[in-house]
Amino acid sequence: MSVDLEKILRPVDSPMVPYEPKYMLLASGEAAVVRQVDRDEIPDLLKYVEPLLHVERDYYDVVAARVYAELLGHYRHRFQDQYVLAVQIDGELAAIVNGRQVSPKLGLSLHTLAFRRGLRVGAHAFAAKMEYHIDALGHDEVLIVAESPIGFRRWMIEYKLEKRFDIPHELGGVPSWALTRELFNRARSSLVVGRRPVPPELLDRAMEAILPPSDPPTPALDPLAATRSMYDPTATALVIQRWEMEGRPNDA
Amino acid sequence: MRDVYVAGIGITTFTRLEYPLSEIASYASMMALKDAGVTEVDQVYVANMGAARVNHQTALASAVVDSLSLTPAGAAAIENGPASGGSAIKAGFQAVASGMDDVVLVAGAERMREVNNLEATDFVATLTHPIAEYIYGVTLPAHAAMFTRLYMDKYGVTERHLAMVGVKNQNAALNNVWAHLQQEITLEGILDSPEAMTNNPYVAEPLRFFDACPVSDGGAALVLVSEEKAKELGRPLIRITGVGQATDTHAVHERSEPTDLMAVRKAAGDAFAMAGLTPQDVDVAELHDAFTILEIAESEEVGFFPKGEGHIALEKGETALGGKIPINVGGGLKGRGHPVGATGIAQAWEIVTQLRGDGGARQVQDAKIGFTCNFGGFGNNVVCLTFERED
Repeated sequence: MSVDLEKILRPVDSPMVPYEPKYMLLASGEAAVVRQVDRDEIPDLLKYVEPLLHVERDYYDVVAARVYAELLGHYRHRFQDQYVLAVQIDGELAAIVNGRQVSPKLGLSLHTLAFRRGLRVGAHAFAAKMEYHIDALGHDEVLIVAESPIGFRRWMIEYKLEKRFDIPHELGGVPSWALTRELFNRARSSLVVGRRPVPPELLDRAMEAILPPSDPPTPALDPLAATRSMYDPTATALVIQRWEMEGRPNDA
Repeated sequence: MRDVYVAGIGITTFTRLEYPLSEIASYASMMALKDAGVTEVDQVYVANMGAARVNHQTALASAVVDSLSLTPAGAAAIENGPASGGSAIKAGFQAVASGMDDVVLVAGAERMREVNNLEATDFVATLTHPIAEYIYGVTLPAHAAMFTRLYMDKYGVTERHLAMVGVKNQNAALNNVWAHLQQEITLEGILDSPEAMTNNPYVAEPLRFFDACPVSDGGAALVLVSEEKAKELGRPLIRITGVGQATDTHAVHERSEPTDLMAVRKAAGDAFAMAGLTPQDVDVAELHDAFTILEIAESEEVGFFPKGEGHIALEKGETALGGKIPINVGGGLKGRGHPVGATGIAQAWEIVTQLRGDGGARQVQDAKIGFTCNFGGFGNNVVCLTFERED
């Protein structure tokens, strides 16, 4: 009985060509590898997504909660035709992007979650995702929404997305935007980077293990803790808070 | 005129701060008061550019003096564009030097991240000429881009020189725990690699993303005191020895030579003359690098290098830590961030930190004389200061 029910509950994924990994040099001079993550690697991602559920700023909490659910659904076979790409810097997880195929001609972008900030890692990851939809899967267009102002600037404005407001997006039912093949081709020279093949040593390092993000987003520092307490004019609260966030021993 | 000393300094992290502007100013002020060891002041000046427009708050100094329980001290806000901080220090200097006050708190704060980047850029652009510039869509990045293009044509500055300033200052910020940008960048990553144009796109050609300072929230504060009070407090004796302020035409196109930053030259010259110093006496400097080109241009106008040779000195490493005249070793506006009203005071905060020998990994060895250049408008209102450590 249980086996039969699982057959009903578990979606049958459509065949999707694998994403060919690529790499690019970041502003820091570090090489970032973009590669597809297998289903059995998902638990490695989940443990790094979970802490972001508690980061309110820049809508990390909302995005992390949804990504967590999507990845878990993918891992437990409760999500149809999803793929997951990871950006890794020397093995370290720098970003996750995911999406799914709605039909052979239509893609749907789910999320872009950057763990490293200030290096355009998220933007590179999003570009790789669009490249996968348009070039590899052969979709004519990809439905997209943004859940943060940063996302809106990065996707809707930079790619000049078209409105598809008559189509509710799977994320929250909000009006969709679309990246068409034509728009992607226009953006290709300025927004889409990456080199192939990935040198074996770089790819091996990425495949070896998904290492924890070295500087993930954290809850906002409260630099005014001392002011708020009014009884801590030495700013000890601030210093202790910073040490705690940096994982330093607290000798104060 | 009495001598004026910096007895206390304070600063907040420069980043995005989710607190009322008055609290940002108050926090930095409280650190400065604690550092100086004073609980009462005669006068408070608070520098800020955009509170009324961006944060819907006016009379900031009244809010700060009350939140710090410093009443009934006198209090006034000073708005002078990006030179607000330097102007507030000048006002505090005058108050102590004249004998009117013995202890003056000078704070600066800005909370620009309350609005989006388009609104923040527009807010800063309100300093341009309303009829000759602003209505045509001129922004500060646009001004800086035109200035840069002229500078390139005239003096041979290249995009590589600009990127070198960006790399130097942003990476210097890694040694400053209060700085906004804590991310290393390399010339390869922002200029030389096939991905560089995407990593570092043009914002206003020839200026690219990493040529501009970030939009930051933050506050900084100083406590200025008389000589008698300074000796009583027992803090390191850091004296403000020179103060210069100068202006230029509001509209940049009215200048006979737009690459000539006359107000910088005049303000620096006056400060050095007052202090009895020359530019070559300076051990460490803070220049107003809101855009990378400005560090190069200002390093020439203040007299560190001949006109048109700032970029050559940069190439030789003369402006880096350990060089002939280290500039912006705490990250400058580029790395530390640029909460506009706080910047002039943050520059002084860095110099006092250096002269006290508290710079840690970014300390300039044996620094005794420091210099700041707080550049307002597009060079139409400039405040320069010299500081000396007295042993």
